[in-house]
Amino acid sequence: MAVSAPVSEGPLARLDATQLGYLSRDLDAIRNDVTARLGAGDARYIRSVIRRQRQLVLVSRALLLGSRHKPLWLAGTAALSVAKILENLEIGHNVMHGQWDWMNDPDINSRSWDWDNASPAASWRHAHNYVHHMHSNIRGKDRDLGYTLLRIDPEQEWHPVYLFQPLYNLLLMAFFEWGVALYDLNTPAMLAGDKPREQYLGELKGIATKARKQIIKDYVAFPLLSGRRSWRSTLAANFTANVIRNAWAHSIIVCGHFPDQTYTFSEAEAANESPGGWYLRQLLGAANVEGSPIFHMLAGNLSFQVEHHLFPDMPSSRYREIAPRVREVFSRYGLPYNTGPFGSQLAMVHRSILRLAFPGGQPRPKGGSGRRRLAARFRR
Amino acid sequence: MGLLTPLWAMGDTRGRVVRIRRETADAVTVVIQPQTPWQGHSPGQYLRLGVELEGTCHWRAYSLTSAPGRQDGCISVTPRRVEGGRVSPYLCDGLSPGATVRLGGVEGGFTLPRRPPKRALFITAGSGITPVMSMLRTLAAARRLTDVVHIHCERLATRAMFAAELRVFAAAHSGYRLYSRATATDGRLNGAELDRLCADWRRRETFVSAPAGLRESIEARFRADGDPRRLHTESFQAGGHGRGAKRGRGGTIHLRNSGVQASSDGSEAILQAAEQAGVQIPHGCRLGICRSCVCRLRAGRVRDLRTGRVHGHPGEYLRACINAPEGAIELDL
Ligand SMILES: Cc1cc2nc3c(=O)[nH]c(=O)nc-3n(C[C@H](O)[C@H](O)[C@H](O)COP(=O)(O)OP(=O)(O)OC[C@H]3O[C@@H](n4cnc5c(N)ncnc54)[C@H](O)[C@@H]3O)c2cc1C
Repeated sequence: MAVSAPVSEGPLARLDATQLGYLSRDLDAIRNDVTARLGAGDARYIRSVIRRQRQLVLVSRALLLGSRHKPLWLAGTAALSVAKILENLEIGHNVMHGQWDWMNDPDINSRSWDWDNASPAASWRHAHNYVHHMHSNIRGKDRDLGYTLLRIDPEQEWHPVYLFQPLYNLLLMAFFEWGVALYDLNTPAMLAGDKPREQYLGELKGIATKARKQIIKDYVAFPLLSGRRSWRSTLAANFTANVIRNAWAHSIIVCGHFPDQTYTFSEAEAANESPGGWYLRQLLGAANVEGSPIFHMLAGNLSFQVEHHLFPDMPSSRYREIAPRVREVFSRYGLPYNTGPFGSQLAMVHRSILRLAFPGGQPRPKGGSGRRRLAARFRR
Repeated sequence: MGLLTPLWAMGDTRGRVVRIRRETADAVTVVIQPQTPWQGHSPGQYLRLGVELEGTCHWRAYSLTSAPGRQDGCISVTPRRVEGGRVSPYLCDGLSPGATVRLGGVEGGFTLPRRPPKRALFITAGSGITPVMSMLRTLAAARRLTDVVHIHCERLATRAMFAAELRVFAAAHSGYRLYSRATATDGRLNGAELDRLCADWRRRETFVSAPAGLRESIEARFRADGDPRRLHTESFQAGGHGRGAKRGRGGTIHLRNSGVQASSDGSEAILQAAEQAGVQIPHGCRLGICRSCVCRLRAGRVRDLRTGRVHGHPGEYLRACINAPEGAIELDL
């Protein structure tokens, strides 16, 4: 069977029900094994990350009290950026996924956590945990797929507005938190009558409240604390830290879903899917990024995007441990396991954004030996 | 400075275990020093106590056995081991001084009135004596044990907690009369015996803290020929029902934020149904008392498993541990 362009046929339809059943059994076994072993060590890990992150915030805010001195500004801004990154990714994102809910800790759980970010926790949880994770990479359903704003797959129809996407992607990158917050409101759905106005207004109010808090904190209160001679530089430092955090989060997230190796799916392909089919779609729609342990922590372990999508509520600290096992399972089924260095994954994404700003575009080869083996297998 | 509070929001109130006193072979008194100023309590109230076992925090209700306002600022609880239980065996045998526990809220309406009654009757059974112990200590300290009758039931006399202290009360306060009953030999207490054990029971403010059987028999007696307004009761089993005693038809549970679908056959509460579907809802007592598991209903109706009452409106907060779906429901979880 030939793979016809531009409709790249995802391999979803081609694993038979029995194979999918086995796949699901093998992956469930990994999950159950980890779940059974969760314990005091895991609890210590997340608590120590939170403690360190808070210490870092304190240190950075203290340094920035003297932000009119260049070295203090630099050190303070760097520390604050790292603190915000840790808070949003390894802590906020993961806690709000419910990864630590098994601890039954009233402080560290998905219901009560709120993060240092423009998105109110409750509406983000719905948009992210449900809309994105359930429907990941289904065109027309997964609203995170290019955030509708971006054409990142040749199968998305071209529109002249995409000519500007390289530009507004940069803006999205810099102001990612605000972009996501407003985007999750889903204004078009409200206008089309698919989302109750009442709910929309409620969420809008949530964002306004959250925005006010964030703005007061970073752009009024802490600059004021720095006093007459440092307020300007503290304000600039806070702005810079927010932009750095936004750009970092944006980069990690686009690397998780938009590199060449990932597939997107039509609604028909994903209709009536079995648990095995769901797992398979998660695998094929996600890509990992390779890096050092520190890199993974700063990426909130979303560099293990494949593992995260298979097991969104497994503590992130376990992804690295299970990655080889996950990879081994997939290789047994002749399935690709998408991964690559940060630089090249990111470059691929930005190249696609540039190329697909213009009409046309070919589906990129779904690289790696996995693909060849997969193709060989299905050709039989 | 409120902006900085998230920095310290980690950690609700904690307490340090300073002493552990063995009461009986299967019960200990744990003396706890709160690490932040203690909110105070009324005698008879219980504390939500959290302990961490293998990374998971477990919350249980324990009646405070200390009188309020101790000189050393400490509080105490007296857990008795429930075989096969998760928390109580640890408290009784695994805890040592220096350990840290979490202190949740203090709750409960089974309390000694601010102005203690002139004549009181206490009826307690087993570990049900714990809230009454706080009341008795309060009364003793205020020299108000002037006309108190106390009937305490225990299967075997050797298992009775606080036996020595109760004897001291009896010796030091002529107005405190204790009647101890070993139910293994003397049989179970019931409401009909009130006249014999405490002839003027109708004239007394009565406090009962006992398992459902005894409590219900006393309640029946008060309804039949007493004044139910003078009766105050506590139960560690919150309503004295088996799970699903008032089961309905069940239904599906859609957890909107996680996108998970769970279902209950009508006897399982939302909490268990969600757990079976792989979603952990933070919880405490699992008995409908502590409100740790409160979640928001978005659509549908639920049945209160304790009373059988069907209720619920969109936007309402409800306890996941005692409500089961009655038809399809949606929750903000
Ligand atoms: C308001 C209130 C006050 C309380 N005060 C005290 C107190 O002062 N001292 C005290 O020892 N306990 C008290 N309890 C009971 C306590 O909260 C726990 O339920 C008890 O310690 C068992 O916890 P566990 O984790 O060991 O057992 P779990 O792991 O929760 O339960 C294990 C098994 O034991 C059964 N079980 C649970 N509780 C009981 C019980 N009380 N009797 C019989 N079987 C049970 C369960 O159904 C389950 O099958 C109180 C409860 C309430 C609601």
